[in-house]
Amino acid sequence: MTYGRGLRGLSLATVATISLAFALVFFYAPLDADQGFIQKIFYVHVPLAIVSLCGFIFGGVLAIAHLRTGDRRWDIRSYVAIHMSLIFGIAGLITGSIWAKASWGHWWEWSEPTLVSFLIVLLLFATYQPLRFAIEDPERQARYASVFAITAAAFVPLNFIAVRLAQQYVHPRVLTLGGGNLPGPMRLTFLISLAGIALLYVTLWKYEMTAKNARMQLRAARRALSGEDTIAPLRRSAAPS
Amino acid sequence: MSSVVAAAPALPLHKAGPYVAAAYIVFVAIVLVYVAIMAVRLTRTEREVTRLRHDVEARREAEEHEETLA
Repeated sequence: MTYGRGLRGLSLATVATISLAFALVFFYAPLDADQGFIQKIFYVHVPLAIVSLCGFIFGGVLAIAHLRTGDRRWDIRSYVAIHMSLIFGIAGLITGSIWAKASWGHWWEWSEPTLVSFLIVLLLFATYQPLRFAIEDPERQARYASVFAITAAAFVPLNFIAVRLAQQYVHPRVLTLGGGNLPGPMRLTFLISLAGIALLYVTLWKYEMTAKNARMQLRAARRALSGEDTIAPLRRSAAPS
Repeated sequence: MSSVVAAAPALPLHKAGPYVAAAYIVFVAIVLVYVAIMAVRLTRTEREVTRLRHDVEARREAEEHEETLA
């Protein structure tokens, strides 16, 4: 199994899409009538949050595949998906805080359901790595981590629905099932930004999977050379080995 | 909270600019830090490949030496 196939094309597509998205953000998308220039943060903050949440669900789906097949490769894929989503989630949280400070005058607003629910999801998945680290046996670690990933991933849409049902909120609702309130140029810019961030997620996921696979192949080669049959972990680790 | 939002007018460009720049810099910085971490790991993998190659060569030389003695 090789993960590096198509990585160069994917990387180039990611760079091209993100460059186009940034160009559209600053030279094409009109200024928001209400928020002005500060609304430009929307094009990086919202895609980061959406991709992060989708990545958590993706990690859960991969974990289901692991429990169904018992193949450890699915566990590694799930681990990397959640790991990447955490990075994207933290980036989304920081950019959101900057936007909140500029718009509301506060870095954080505890009475805002969208912010708090996103933080809860992020903190939930932040416990994924310590959970893995707490279990030494690799088989049990993979199994428990998959169960956790599935449960936590199921929590993501539930959390989203709960927030949507909440009555008191101030977070702008520009994306709805009915088409949303974004004007054409803003919508196009947003969709390209979303595509760019999603491509970045897939590229980095593949990149990390390639690196992990290379290290595992290397260890297998070393074992074959030394004539060892058993897999001896280098050290206790949260990462699958 | 709606009163807070209603009372918060759009920031002028000279005030909004640093915030927007900060948000985009955070995004780029996180990607760059990630790439840097991956680069460190790649260096470690490269070092291990080199060590493995030396081990293979040493083993081959030892086998050749044994064959010569035999």
